[in-house]
Parts: sequence; structure tokens; C-alpha cells
Amino acid sequence: MKVLYFAWLKEKTGIGQEDVDLPGDVTDVAGLIDWLKSRGDGYASAFADVTTVRAAVNQEHVPFDHPLRNGDEVAFFPPVTGG
Amino acid sequence: MIRVQQDDFDPGQELDALARGNAAIGGVCSFIGLVRDFADGDSITAMTLEHYPGMTEKQLADIEAEAQARWPLDATLIIHRYGELKPGDRIVMVACASAHREAAFEACHFLIDWLKTKAPFWKKEHARSGGKWVEAKDKDDVAAMRWRKDEN
Repeated sequence: MKVLYFAWLKEKTGIGQEDVDLPGDVTDVAGLIDWLKSRGDGYASAFADVTTVRAAVNQEHVPFDHPLRNGDEVAFFPPVTGG
Repeated sequence: MIRVQQDDFDPGQELDALARGNAAIGGVCSFIGLVRDFADGDSITAMTLEHYPGMTEKQLADIEAEAQARWPLDATLIIHRYGELKPGDRIVMVACASAHREAAFEACHFLIDWLKTKAPFWKKEHARSGGKWVEAKDKDDVAAMRWRKDEN
């Protein structure tokens, strides 16, 4: 599964994009966040306050209870500020 | 038409091109967003715009299609820049052409309001004190809410 990070989530994780094997017990976006947080301080810091984090799966905005499948493209970012 | 680019653009040329060759168009309405030189009392010296290539184009195409479904439009344009910008630089341009002005005005307003809450762009403002990611504003959500249809 491809996971992407943008804006300050990219700065805190130190990663723009990575390939991860989805653990068997992770079934949705919230589960993926919990698993990512266990992978190191950068991740824990990036996801410390998930009320400031938004997610997209396969380039569509989704809520955290959105289901995940291996092969999905998942992205994490702050609320958008374009325009 | 959707364009996501680093380079600047010429609004006059873009507006001419939008309406050229279609005499059914009675009006063109546009909005242009610029980099301000102030934020929260700080002087802004530069701005970095990051985006999510792929999702950006997809979201902008969806927003454009939604405007075309809601209003009788002859042509629409969304240009959004990314990369390093300076105060006074153009960031975004939206334009709508229609037979009558109401559709052009309303669709233009809709496009910029929806773009601000859906298109995956993030602004980082640079001041003498350092760089800071711009936080999303509640008023942008409120502005976008008014365009939500009752059934949503």
C-alpha cells in the first residue's frame, strides 16, 4: 500500500511517500493511523492530534472509518488551504 | 479547463481565450487570488504552495463538472499555481462564461468556495520569524456550506 504525507505531516514523519504492507488487523483509516503511530516518534508526533489530520483514499476525501484494502493509495494531510 | 502549474499566467489572455469563437457567450466572470504581504500581524516575505499531484487534478475536474451540472455554462477555467510565490503574485484564477451574467457570477463564486475546501493545496507563509503552515479557516467551510444542496 502506498502512503503519502503532505505539509507538516511530511515534515514530522520526515517522509513524503512510502510503501507499507498493511497489517492483517488493520481494516480502516483509523486503524492505519494507530499502527503508524507505533512506528516511531515522527509518526507519533504527526498523528498526536488527529482532529487536525484529514485523509484521502485513492485520491478522494474520506472519513477515518473508511475501509482499506492492500493496493489502496492513502494520503494524510492537514485541512486544505488553497485558493 | 483545468491547469495546475508553477508558472504565472496572463489573466487577459486567459479571458480572451475562454470566450473566443463562441458568440452565444454573453458574459464572463472571473476571480483571481493573490499572495498577501501580511498575516496575523506578520509581514510575509514569501509563500510556498504544496499540492498532491493527481488528486489535485481529479478534485478540480470534479469541482468543474459540478459547476457545469448546476449552471448553464459555455466555458469554465481553473488555473492554480504551486511552488514558490512572492507577495503580489497570482495564486489562482477561476472564470466562467455563460449566456447570462447570473450563471457566470454564481458559478464563479461556487468554484472558488469549493476549491478552497476540497482541492489538496497547502500554503506555507514565510516571515522573518520563520515559516508557518496556514491553518484552514472556519469561514471557508461556512462559505462552502451555502453551496451544499439540501439533499446532502
